[in-house]
Amino acid sequence: MKKRDLVVVGGGPAGMAAARAARDAGVRDILLIERDSHLGGILNQCIHPGFGLHRFKAELTGPEYADRFVKMTAAAPEIEVSLRSFVVKLTPEKRVSYLRPGALEEVEARAVIMATGCRERTREMIPIPGTRPAGVYPAGLAQKMINMEGWIPGREAVIVGSGDIGLIMARRMALEGVKVKAVIEIQDKTRGLVRNVVQCLEDFGIPLYMRHKVARIYGRDRVEGVDVVRVDDNLAAVPGSEFSLACDTVLVSVGLIPENELLEAAGAAIDPRTNGPVSAELKGTSIPGVFACGNSFKVYDLVDWVSRDSELAGKAAAAYLAGGAR
Amino acid sequence: MKKTMTCIECPRGCALEVTLENEWKVSAVAGHQCPRGEKYARQEIEAPTRTLTTAVLTRGLELRMLPVRTSAPIPKGRLMDAMAAVKKIVVSSPVEAGQAVAENFLGLGVDLVATRPLGPAPESPAN
Repeated sequence: MKKRDLVVVGGGPAGMAAARAARDAGVRDILLIERDSHLGGILNQCIHPGFGLHRFKAELTGPEYADRFVKMTAAAPEIEVSLRSFVVKLTPEKRVSYLRPGALEEVEARAVIMATGCRERTREMIPIPGTRPAGVYPAGLAQKMINMEGWIPGREAVIVGSGDIGLIMARRMALEGVKVKAVIEIQDKTRGLVRNVVQCLEDFGIPLYMRHKVARIYGRDRVEGVDVVRVDDNLAAVPGSEFSLACDTVLVSVGLIPENELLEAAGAAIDPRTNGPVSAELKGTSIPGVFACGNSFKVYDLVDWVSRDSELAGKAAAAYLAGGAR
Repeated sequence: MKKTMTCIECPRGCALEVTLENEWKVSAVAGHQCPRGEKYARQEIEAPTRTLTTAVLTRGLELRMLPVRTSAPIPKGRLMDAMAAVKKIVVSSPVEAGQAVAENFLGLGVDLVATRPLGPAPESPAN
C-alpha cells in the first residue's frame, strides 16, 4: 500500500488552507483529494462579492477567493492534488480509500485532515406539509444550477428562510428574470446581513415576511403555489392570517449540517446535536492523528475564518507528524 | 421631503432619516453614528451604484458557465440592461481571472471581467 505523511480530504477553502499550512510547517508529502474536477469547493458557485474582507482586505467574489488559494496550492510542489477523486472509506488506522477515474486507490496516511464541508438542510427537515411536487430545491442547489450549469430553476419563486444564502439567491434569481414573490422568515428578524436585505431584496422590490411560515406546498407534478401564515411569538400559526402565493419554485434556505459520514464510520465521536466531531480543540477529532476543519467541523459564516482555523489544523497535523503527538 | 433608509456600511445598520431637496438631491442626513452613514445616504440617493456579479455562457471551455463581475460599480438603474447584455455573451476562448470578457461594457466605462481562470474543455483539440 502507498504511504503518505498527510492526506487531506476535500479541496475547498478548508482543505486548501490546511494543506498549505501543513506544508509551510514542514510536511513534505501531502495528498489533497478533491471529488470535483476543480479545487475551490462551494466557493466556485458563490459568484457574488463579500469574501476576503478580513483575510485579504479586499472584497472578492467566491471564485476570486478560491483562486488565490488554488495558486498557493499549485505553488507548493509538496502538495499533490488528486481531482475527480472521491473518498469512500477512512479507517481508525488512517487508511484512506478513494475512487478516481479508472481506479480504486488505497493509501496509508500518518495523519489525516478531514475538510469535507457541510450539506444543506432540506424541506423534509423543517418540515413543510403539502404535496411533493418537482420545483422544491435547497437554495444552494439552485445556486449551483444557475451559476455553474446555466439552468434557471423556474419562473416564479418563493424563498423559505432569510439567511444570507436565501437573500443572495433572491437577488440572483431576480437578475435572471425570475419573479421572486416573497422571502418567508419564521423568526422576527433576518439572520442575513443588513447589506443583503437592502441590496438583494429592497433593490428588487422583493417582500420579506418575518414571523411567517409556509403552511403548505401545492401542486401535483410541479409546484403550483404555497400557503403562507403569520405565526405568533411561540411560532404557532395565527388563525385567519393565511394567504396564498402562486409560484412554480420554492427555494429552501434553512441551514447547514456538517458532513462527517466518513469520520463517523471510522469510529470518531460525533455530536448528535451539531453533527460535528467531538473534540477538545477547534481542529481535532477523537482519533489521534485525524484532524477536522472548515464547515465539516462547524458551520461558519465567513470563509475568512474557515481559512484561519483550517491553518490551525494544518499546523496541528504537522506538529503531530513531527512529534508523534500533539 | 423626508425619507428613511438603512445604512449598510457596517452590521450596525443605522436607521437614517434623509431630508431631500428634491428627488435627486440630499440636503441633510440624521440618525447616523459615523461619517460613513452620511456619505452612504448621499451616494445612495444621488447616484446609487452596484457591482454586478453574474455568469456568462461558455463554449468549448472546461465549465459551462464563467463567473464575471463589473470592474467597478455601475448605476443601479442599469442592472437589468446589463443582465440583458450579459445573456448575449458567449465566451469560447480560455481566460485568466481578471481578464475582460467585454470592454467598456454598455458604454459605462467599466469592463466585465472573469472572476476565475477557465481552460479549454478536456476533449477540446486546443488541449
